[in-house]
Parts: sequence; C-alpha cells; structure tokens
Amino acid sequence: MKKKLIIGVIGADVHAVGNKILDHAFTAAGFEVINLGVMVSQEEYIEAAVECAADAIIVSSLYGHGELDCRGLREKCQEAGIGDILLYVGGNIVVGKQPFEDVERRFLDMGYNRAYPPGTDPETAIGHLNADLGV
Amino acid sequence: MPLLLIDFGSTFTKLTAVDLQAGEVIGAAGAHTTVETDVGEGLNTALSELKRQTGLNHFERRLACSSAAGGLRMVVCGLVPALTAQAAKIASLGAGAKVVKTYAYELTREDVDEIAQTAPDILLLTGGTDGGNRACILHNAKMLVDCQARFPILIAGNRACAAECESTLAGWETARCENVMPGLGKLNVEPVQRHIRELFLRRIIQAKGLSREAALIDGILMPTPAAVLRGMELLAKGTGALPGLGELVAVDLGGATTDVYSMASGAPDNGNTVMKGLPEPWVKRTVEGDIGMRYSADGVLAAVGADELGRLANLASDTVIELVGQIAVNPATLPDTQALAALDCALAGAAVQVAMTRHAGTIEEVYTPTGPTWLQTGKNLTGVKTLILTGGALIHSERPEKIAGHALYSQAESASLRPKSARILVDRKYIISAMGLLAEDHPETALGILKRELTERGKPV
Repeated sequence: MKKKLIIGVIGADVHAVGNKILDHAFTAAGFEVINLGVMVSQEEYIEAAVECAADAIIVSSLYGHGELDCRGLREKCQEAGIGDILLYVGGNIVVGKQPFEDVERRFLDMGYNRAYPPGTDPETAIGHLNADLGV
Repeated sequence: MPLLLIDFGSTFTKLTAVDLQAGEVIGAAGAHTTVETDVGEGLNTALSELKRQTGLNHFERRLACSSAAGGLRMVVCGLVPALTAQAAKIASLGAGAKVVKTYAYELTREDVDEIAQTAPDILLLTGGTDGGNRACILHNAKMLVDCQARFPILIAGNRACAAECESTLAGWETARCENVMPGLGKLNVEPVQRHIRELFLRRIIQAKGLSREAALIDGILMPTPAAVLRGMELLAKGTGALPGLGELVAVDLGGATTDVYSMASGAPDNGNTVMKGLPEPWVKRTVEGDIGMRYSADGVLAAVGADELGRLANLASDTVIELVGQIAVNPATLPDTQALAALDCALAGAAVQVAMTRHAGTIEEVYTPTGPTWLQTGKNLTGVKTLILTGGALIHSERPEKIAGHALYSQAESASLRPKSARILVDRKYIISAMGLLAEDHPETALGILKRELTERGKPV
C-alpha cells in the first residue's frame, strides 16, 4: 500500500507554488498525498493525519515565521495519539540568514525528524521518506 | 380525481388535497396527531374536516411524510469531530433525521449506556477515510455489541474494515454503504442518505405504529424534513421545463427546534479567500435543538441573553426572564397579553437570528506578511436573494418581514455570511412538505403550486 503524506503550508502563509510542486513530486514518487493547501493550522495537520492514518506530516513554511508556527506540533501529535508520526519541515523556516546547523538543531529539538534549508530539492526529502518509512 | 398529501407531524396531522389537472391546492385541513393510540384516528378527524370543507371523499392516491413519534431519531459516530463525525451529521440531517447526539473518537462504556438510553431509530457508524484509520470504527463496533438496546446500524466508514465491522456486529441488523468521507474533505452523503431512507421505509414506520394506516394511504415516502428538502430543492432548481427561483434559504421556526435550509453553493465572493473546514453540500439542512418558541424558549434566552431579548421586546430584563420561565414550564402559553406578544416577537427574531447565524458560514480577515487575506468556513450566503419563512410561529405572524430581518446580514456581525438583501416569501398554507411529496411523481405541478402559494407581502412571486 502507498505511504500517506499530509502536506501543507503552515500558519498565515499563503505561498502556494512550492506546495503544488511538492504535491506533484511526492505523488510522482509513489506516495499518496493529502494536500491541505495554504494557511494550515497545527490542528488541521493532526486531524487529517488521524482520520487518514497518515505516515508522515510534511510542513512547509516560506514567510519566515515558521519557527513560531511549528512549536508544539510534536506535543499535540502525542496528545492526539499519533506521537510517533514522522514530522518533516522545510522552506524558509526562520527569520533572516542564520547558520542552518543551528536552525536544524532547534527544529530537531522541537521534535521534527528532518528539517530542510531553502533550496532543497524534493528528491532529498523523497530519499529520506523512503529510508524513514522503509519503502 | 384529486391527490391527497399527508404530513404526520409531531403535534398536527396536516392534509393537502391537490387537483392534478388544474394544478391547484383544492383543500387543506388538520387535526391533532394521535400517535399514542393510532395515528389513523387523527387522520380520520382531519379527513372529516376536509370533507366538510370541500366535499372531497375520494382520492386517486394518498402519500404521506412523517415526523410523528419523535421523527427519525439518529445517533452518529465518527472519528475526528470536524471530519467524519461532522460528515456523518451533515449526511443524516440531509436525510431528514433528528440527530440526537454525535460521538467522536472511541466510544466509552458510558457512551454505550447513554446510546442504549437514547434508543435511536438508526445508528450511523463512521470513521476513517478509505484506507485510513481502522482502529476507531473497529473499537466502536466492538463496544456496540454489548449495547442494551437494539437498532439498525448503518456502517459508512473506512471501506477497508466495513466487513470486519459487520461481522463484529453479527446478530445486529446492519447495512453497509460507501464511506461518508472517502477521502479527506470529500463528502459523499448520497449513498448514506439512500440507505437511511430505505431503513426508514422498511423498519421505522412499522416500529412507530404508523403502518397500520397502510390501508388508508399508499405509503409514507419519507421523513417530513426530507420532504421539505425535496420541495425546497425543486423550488430552487426548477424542472427541465420550468425555471426555479435560484439559490434560496429557508427558516422553519417551531416550538422545540428551528430548522434552517440553504440551497446554494456558498462559494466565496473573492478569489483571494482560503476555504477552511469540510466542504458543505448544495442542499444543506441544520437543526437547532435548543432554539424554539416554546419548549426551547429558554435556549433562545441562553443564546442571546435577557438584555437583548428585553431590548427587542421593549421589556425589562427581569420581566423577560420571568416570562420565559413561564413559557418553558407551560408550552401551551398563548401570547394573550401585550407583554407576551412582544416577547413572542422578540423570541422569534432572536431565534431566527441565532439559527441562521449557526447555519451560515463565517469569514475572517487575516493579516499576513504578504497582505490581508480571508479565511472562509462554511457557506457564503450573502448573495442569496430569496428567504422563505415556514413553521407556525412565522407563517401566522402579523409582521413576518420584521422577524425575517433578523435572518439577514448585519454590519454588527459582519463575519456571519448571511444573505445581504433577500425578498421574503411566506409559506402561509404550510405546503412545502406536501409539495416535496408531490414532487416525487409530479414535479412540474408541485413547482407551479409552490410558486403560486409562497407569497411576498401576500402576492405570489
């Protein structure tokens, strides 16, 4: 059976182009993609993942406020009974130019399994998904 | 020969006789529903009254809808409250059911005891998209096995475990149908609604002692709210040959509940709007169990507050609280004093406002780093141009337009997407459910009658 991914752009972020590219890329790579579109709240990712029994939640953020929007998502997943679900985050996820090692560390500490800097190819994430989900 | 349409209501049995050749209503009569003894008694009383008025005694066919004996009472179970549980509720309401309670996530022992107490006519078991969550619906099926009451269970969840649910519930009357939400945010209400109607026809009518009338009538076709929905849909869409009125909303204000119907797409006005929540069906019905003129007058008070009701009725807040208390204790109260008449008018306005606000969608302006944008949840009804009033409290009101005004958009609640300007049509003869029944075989006649009988300030549209 195809592995199921919940994707969407978190917070008050309306950037739709990258979201559509990811939808195409993940679908072409053999995943079942449930795309929540733009301006997605943490609760919407979780509700979708619960109802669909998804294998991973992939959070995008482009507008620089991702660090605020992404806090607490892992804890809420635990509360909703899907504490072990894979969480990825990528895009332009922090304000300004910061060394990505620091940024990545902060997101991993928040409970994300993978965090990606700007300009990451979808193939990188697809490779990680295949490895993490044992596809 | 004329055709007879019967509405077995919870308190009144209403008859409408239609001449098919002329396409006209030729008589109407009513009597108290007698569900405790035999609904046939009330029906016969109403038939005598109809005969006295019109001389009519023989009918080509007799068709009926029913909300007697509590209507079609359903309990629905889903997984996530905003997803499958909500989808199951939307589907059941659209089938004309009274949704007594909605359960989300895993049922507990206490929940199952409560369901046994409720003893619904049908339980709708959903949860999980197709290929999605299995654990919840399987758990709930197992929990229901020990339920102390018996009722048909309609299984409309994750198709991957429908068979397992059914075998878990061996010994129960079950029916399987397509998932009410096969994919995330995809509503699939029609198959569930067909099954509900089929169960209603086959089981519920008999169980409620309504089928003893089988000799008198050719069949109870549907629950009354389903007949109303059918009539409204016909009026909005028209038939192939006759145009309808286009998108419309309707309010049915009763003593215990207030129903709101919308026949509209509800699409946003503005391309810059992001939609949130489940998509809603074109034909949508909501029921407010706490909003009504008598049994639920205290619910209206709780929803808007004594100060607001007092402002509308021009009464002191303490007087409002006292009078609402009296009404709730004695639902047969008539508005026979000036204060009670003023309160009734205020209650009606407030009830219509609350029920329409809960039915309509909302819009929220959100400031993003790239500028303002809008989030819409539910249906945008601002562009709907027709508002229909039905139900005793509205159709007998002297100033229905004034009450109806409360259903419309207001600047003070600009987030609520209610109609901005609509003509008000009043269902003075209470014929919408009858025309929904007639529409089964004679849609054009039914549409012609609806257009003639629903009037704007006393004039047909």
